[in-house]
Amino acid sequence: MSARAQGPFGSASVAVRMVALAVGVVAFAVLPLFLKSYGVYLCTLFCVYLMATFGLNLTVGYAGQMSLGQAAFLGIGAYIAAIGMKAGLPFYAMLPVSAIACFGIGLMLGFPALRVQHHYLAFATLGFNVLVFLIMRNEESITGGTFGISGIPRPGFFGLSLDGNLAYFWFTLVATLVVMGLLGWLLRSPWGRAFAALRDNPIRAESLGINITAYTLFAFAIGATCAGIAGVYFASLVQFIEPAPFHFSTSLMMLLGVIVGGSGRFFGPVLGTVIIVLLPEWLRFMQNWYLAVFGFAVVALMIWLPGGLLSIPDKLRLRRRAQ
Amino acid sequence: MGDFVQLIVSGTAAGAIYALAALGFTLLWQASGTINFAQGEFVMLPAFSILFFIGMGAPLWIAFLLACLVIMALLGVGFKKIVVDPLIRHGVIPLVIATLGLSIGIKQTVKAGIDAQPHSFPSPFPEGQLDLAGVSVSYSDIGTLVLAGLIVLGLQAFLNRTVTGRAMQACAQNTDAARVLGIDVKRMVLYVFLINALLAVVAALLVTPSYLAKFDMGDSIGQKAFFAAIIGGFNQTRGALLGGVLIGVLENVVGFYVSPAYKEGVALVVFLLVILFRPEGLLGKVEERKV
Repeated sequence: MSARAQGPFGSASVAVRMVALAVGVVAFAVLPLFLKSYGVYLCTLFCVYLMATFGLNLTVGYAGQMSLGQAAFLGIGAYIAAIGMKAGLPFYAMLPVSAIACFGIGLMLGFPALRVQHHYLAFATLGFNVLVFLIMRNEESITGGTFGISGIPRPGFFGLSLDGNLAYFWFTLVATLVVMGLLGWLLRSPWGRAFAALRDNPIRAESLGINITAYTLFAFAIGATCAGIAGVYFASLVQFIEPAPFHFSTSLMMLLGVIVGGSGRFFGPVLGTVIIVLLPEWLRFMQNWYLAVFGFAVVALMIWLPGGLLSIPDKLRLRRRAQ
Repeated sequence: MGDFVQLIVSGTAAGAIYALAALGFTLLWQASGTINFAQGEFVMLPAFSILFFIGMGAPLWIAFLLACLVIMALLGVGFKKIVVDPLIRHGVIPLVIATLGLSIGIKQTVKAGIDAQPHSFPSPFPEGQLDLAGVSVSYSDIGTLVLAGLIVLGLQAFLNRTVTGRAMQACAQNTDAARVLGIDVKRMVLYVFLINALLAVVAALLVTPSYLAKFDMGDSIGQKAFFAAIIGGFNQTRGALLGGVLIGVLENVVGFYVSPAYKEGVALVVFLLVILFRPEGLLGKVEERKV
């Protein structure tokens, strides 16, 4: 088997990996106890983005497609949730509504693009994101235009209030873990195994009877669904939404984050999301230069380390073995 | 009726500029398999370099020529040697990602290093408009059409009538056969990158007086260039022209008769219709997939 199958923790046994993962999750779960409210907000935002980037990783890393529209699906989820909740519908009803809407729109957008040539999906999603942004900004009667929608409520949980920032963080963290768990389960199923075959050698996969277009289309639609769910949590987190966070540039950052972290590696998006959400906050002093450096770093990374940052251990191991 | 003709003329002028950017995009794809997502920034950077040379005291046309040299070195030779050459053997996707990174890098460097404000840009054409049988057309639209037309005709003549141009086409059609015939493929590909840079500088000269020089001006023009290239047919040079003009005219018509707010969405809708009903593009030929 290739080094790839060993995952980010090298050849360590499954048990050790599970313990490391559990320790990491618990450490992250208690971290906000020591943070001010802005820190708690950032940790929650990190979770929201993580759901979206995990979905994107399915599209990019496993199905080998470029999607530049993840922020549009995040926005669609958020706007549907906001409009629904303002009309008095409960949060828990908006979750499936947003998810199904994004899945359906993903299918409709992906179908024409993927039918032709696979890199057309990048163009189609890019244009789609521009169009969705225009609708959010211009259809004031529905979306509030640039004024946005304010006063979005937070849900409760079996009688418990989630209005507090810490409570809402844990609520979002649990949802993120559930989404990650479902995706992990999906990838281990025979259905998911076909993805790896697809990415590594599409033509061989096709000759083995895998319908490439159908698989890729579903991977894209499921990725979009994850962003839609993330959008619902986002709406209740910020409680005020406007078009700006759903601009095409957010999609671009998510895509590059997934790739920098290590696309096609289950935990690649975690590292990638740290780089696009948390790192800019720590490196505030760099201001606009952060993104400039990030952009050129992506170019350098593609040249020297196309597998992303999480491929460093594998690379070192291969080098050691070669000696 | 006068309004309509005016819309068509100014739309064609805008479309001619998209076509220049799309043409470079298509040529890069044909010659080297590069999908350049930084094409918009390739237009934005020349706009700022022309402004830089004007700030040094140069008249517009000298600033333009100097910008041509700088951009051909930077975004022609530099882009090819530093970004494309090491990545091209890994396939399409890593190069696409790298150009996306490059796009952010260039854009944000301009934003951080200069500023985020729009800067006015001198028009190469006189102000005012020409009135002809009840239709008035601005001199800048006429100038844009004439200049873009000359560039396109000149490029077509170069590609079809000169030995170098025909060698470049041979490389695009069949690299191995071209090499067997003794064509210096590497040199021909380099020429394509230089032509792309040059087209970008001309596009910048024509588009910036109305778009204004701003760090994110490339977002919109870059997108129009991709869509124009695909709508017309990715593997046809003429396709880029048709696609560009089609988008320019339809944007104007939609902006006037439907809603100016959705002008930017026109390119996407046409793109989706084209890939649904004629995936190879309006003028494109079906490409066999290589196994």
